[in-house]
Amino acid sequence: MPAVSKGDGMRGLAVFISDIRNCKSKEAEIKRINKELANIRSKFKGDKALDGYSKKKYVCKLLFIFLLGHDIDFGHMEAVNLLSSNKYTEKQIGYLFISVLVNSNSELIRLINNAIKNDLSSRNPTFMCLALHCIANVGSREMAEAFASEIPRILVAGDTMDSVKQSAALCLLRLYKTSPDLVLMGEWTSRVVHLLNDQHMGVVTAAISLITCLSQKNPDEFKTCVSLAVSRLSRIVSSASTDLQDYTYYFVPAPWLSCKLLRLLQCYPPPEDGAVKGRLVECLETILNKAQEPPKSKKVQHSNAKNAILFEAIALIIHYDSEPNLLVRACNQLGQFLQHRETNLRYLALESMCTLASSEFSHEAVKTHIETVINALKTERDVSVRQRAADLLYAMCDRSNAKQIVAEMLSYLETVLKVAILAEKYAVDYSWYVDTILNLIRIAGDYVSEEVWYRVIQIVINRDDVQGYAAKTVFEALQAPACHENMVKVGGYILGEFGNLIAGDPRSSPLVQFNLLHSKFHLCSVPTRALLLSAYIKFINLFPETKATIQEVLRCDSQIRNSDVELQQRAVEYLKLSSIASTDVLATVLEEMPPFPERESSILAKLKKKKGPGAVSVTEMEDGKREGGELNGGGDRGPDSTPSPSADLLGIRSAAPVSAAPTSAGSLLVDVFSEAGPAASSAAVNDEGFLRFVCKNNGVLFENQLLQIGIKSEYRQNLGRMYLFYGNKTSVQFASFTTTVSCPGELCSQLNVQSKPVEPLVEGGAQIQQVLNIECLTDFSEAPLLNIKFRYGGALQNLTLKLPVTINKFFQPTEMASQDFFQRWKQLSQPQQEAQKIFKANNSMDTEVLKAKLLGLGMALLDNVDPNPENYVCAGVIQTKGQQVGCLLRLEPNAQAQMYRLTLRCSKDSVSRRLCELLAEQF
Amino acid sequence: MQFMLLFSRQGKLRLQKWYVPLSDKERKKISRDLVQTILARKPKMCSFLEWRDLKIVYKRYASLYFCCAVEDQDNELITLEIIHRYVELLDKYFGSVCELDIIFNFEKAYFILDEFLLGGEAQETSKKNVLKAIEQADLLQEEAEGRV
Repeated sequence: MPAVSKGDGMRGLAVFISDIRNCKSKEAEIKRINKELANIRSKFKGDKALDGYSKKKYVCKLLFIFLLGHDIDFGHMEAVNLLSSNKYTEKQIGYLFISVLVNSNSELIRLINNAIKNDLSSRNPTFMCLALHCIANVGSREMAEAFASEIPRILVAGDTMDSVKQSAALCLLRLYKTSPDLVLMGEWTSRVVHLLNDQHMGVVTAAISLITCLSQKNPDEFKTCVSLAVSRLSRIVSSASTDLQDYTYYFVPAPWLSCKLLRLLQCYPPPEDGAVKGRLVECLETILNKAQEPPKSKKVQHSNAKNAILFEAIALIIHYDSEPNLLVRACNQLGQFLQHRETNLRYLALESMCTLASSEFSHEAVKTHIETVINALKTERDVSVRQRAADLLYAMCDRSNAKQIVAEMLSYLETVLKVAILAEKYAVDYSWYVDTILNLIRIAGDYVSEEVWYRVIQIVINRDDVQGYAAKTVFEALQAPACHENMVKVGGYILGEFGNLIAGDPRSSPLVQFNLLHSKFHLCSVPTRALLLSAYIKFINLFPETKATIQEVLRCDSQIRNSDVELQQRAVEYLKLSSIASTDVLATVLEEMPPFPERESSILAKLKKKKGPGAVSVTEMEDGKREGGELNGGGDRGPDSTPSPSADLLGIRSAAPVSAAPTSAGSLLVDVFSEAGPAASSAAVNDEGFLRFVCKNNGVLFENQLLQIGIKSEYRQNLGRMYLFYGNKTSVQFASFTTTVSCPGELCSQLNVQSKPVEPLVEGGAQIQQVLNIECLTDFSEAPLLNIKFRYGGALQNLTLKLPVTINKFFQPTEMASQDFFQRWKQLSQPQQEAQKIFKANNSMDTEVLKAKLLGLGMALLDNVDPNPENYVCAGVIQTKGQQVGCLLRLEPNAQAQMYRLTLRCSKDSVSRRLCELLAEQF
Repeated sequence: MQFMLLFSRQGKLRLQKWYVPLSDKERKKISRDLVQTILARKPKMCSFLEWRDLKIVYKRYASLYFCCAVEDQDNELITLEIIHRYVELLDKYFGSVCELDIIFNFEKAYFILDEFLLGGEAQETSKKNVLKAIEQADLLQEEAEGRV
């Protein structure tokens, strides 16, 4: 390969990339990028027309910025301009930008399609390929509409270059996958199937993917491909390793094509024609024979390619399930792989054997490998391989071997728990115990259940002679760049409690400890993060010098505005606690955990938990601590005195302190908050129920152990009435029961909500009702908030919910005919009037369910409007006091991809956006 | 194939190619999850893993991880060799390719991939033919620049 100008045509780009690489911090990177964006924007907006080269360079920079993970909201037009350049590289960069940053902006799509159309008809094969690549990369419905009928023609035309045919075949495949209704092969079918006979191996390789996909959907129309595939396969299998020149890969002739041919045959039953079938069986036998031949190369690529074909052949043999001889040979071959030194092969053999086990012809043959598989379950070091072994044991299990297999599976499951139990049972030296369990977490983190790490903590807390050692050991274990989340949990807990024991060493000073823990924070799940936040507040108490740093962390947006309510609450509360409470109070609240009651059973723990449903007050919490301490009763609390170690392991969950008591931690701080002002109450808005009411008006909005809130609502024009039902689920009276409805921010000028005060006492088991009158003044996006406060058994309860008043409640359905609909659709064609979202289906895509939801939305569901009967279109007018907003909706389900595309066009942009947001969560 | 990701040992994405329609947000989430999962695996572990309803096939070359997500019925070993062939193509084109080549010439890495795989399927498996197509494009570039 000559030293071609690989990108050095764009010096500015290279300089920019090295600048970015030299940035020392994320902030510096963002700063550099913003500077570049401003520069590019001014260049694009400037009076001077840019030449093609500059445009290409800037578009390429934008692309680079996007690929770094930043949003790009301009430059699309310049990229589209590049498409019509007659310089290849400019065109190429334009196409790359479009392929990566596809945008549903309808106007651009039209321009892009225009450029593609020009290139497709240019007769210049390089340009044609670029255009086809772009269609294949984007694969949107608009493109399918524009090109699905043209591409088959290009694919089969006699004068089309091979490279163009290859691109055309796969381009068509992509369009077929996204819009099967638009890709109609019809008259082309037979000529497409005959591409299997093409002289050019590359054309066959590309075309067969298309043919396979089409055959899966229309097996009858494409069934002539079977005999063609068999003869092609037979030619490849019997060819010498050098016959196919560059299509031979590490001495294996055409491995990709062979696999695809075998895959295509799996779309059909065994060939009926005896001659074809004979030829195929011969091929399969040859492939099995080749597996026994000595390898032609020691390279792993050789064996991978060869075995790829072998596994695909075995898949076909299993698919036919009719040739006992081949099935048994396949099984024996896989049996050899079970003990192969390559982990990959063992994995695949276990997986493939799993399907063989279900065939009556090979079930017995599979069973002969039981010992090997059991051994794999016990000794494989990779969890995913052990999982395969467990699956296979499950598949091969029958009456004859059930006892053996069940016993092995049980012991497999228990191994981890057992290690923990044994370590504890025979621990004479607790530092050894701590080492063992931490090792266990390191090696088999995924299999260490919560109980195991709870237990380590219990033991460390109860044995003060091991606390320092434990702190030192977890500190060291956490130094590993990738450590298991369970290790982070243990580390967070132990350092939070006993970090002071190692803080004297400057290598593990308080700040070093904190930074180490916090470096894991972002990789952890929500419960672990919550635990870490608790560790941080303990740090503030243990080491006042860390206070400023930790407050800084708690104060940053990612904590204090975290979308997870629990994390947000902890951050807000801990921050407040650290700044309001005196050191004495802090020390009391965060006092070291008392030893755990060694003999406390899980039943007792449960009983205690039931005493105070939901929240516990400060004093109760403190009592709980002391109570725990007393129960322990001092004296002999060594774990070796535990009668049943396993019972203990399972019984400690409810005793695990901070992580198990998030709600109590919350209410613990209620009093600090009532002084802190209203900001606190909005800290944790509960919006779980909110989205369930977008398409319905009645139901239960909220429920916890104390309270249930039901809703009934009705709307007419721009007015609505909502009935709220508050039910006391306990047998105790709620006192000082007050509710407040507020419209935060600009909502107060958009929505008028009036409510009457409720009775301040709600008896146990009673329900009270409240009526809200709602008036929509203008369109809105936020939701009103309902705050509820009451006292239950001395503890103040405070709860804020989002009220499900959404803009669509003020819809008036509008019936219209197809022609009117499309006329209005076109009228609403300004880009900002449209909002669109493509999203994965979260619920059933059943027609009736969808219809019910759309009707619940409040619009009219229009039949016979969309030319595609699978799509749904709706129309309605939103009634506000000030104005009426006309809205049109189109929902296009793609059952195959389990995706939807939702498009809204409204006479007001903010309404399109809001409706789109709301609805995208509904389907 | 549903997508292909290239990332460094530090978890930085170097190339991403998506063959199924997904929102930006989903793409970011998937990449983050997968990068984390794969970086946590040890060297001798199996190159395949089940992930959501997909099969992940990955391999490390020096400082870069190459990772493909394929569907249930797809062949893992041949996917592993797709990765290898792509690496060979990059290597041949750049001459002993390293991570920096892919960072600074990311557009070329995309162009080569498009010649090799299209719509998630192998388009041309012959090394010669793929490189010939890229070479032709480079020549067109030189001609164009020569004319300016």
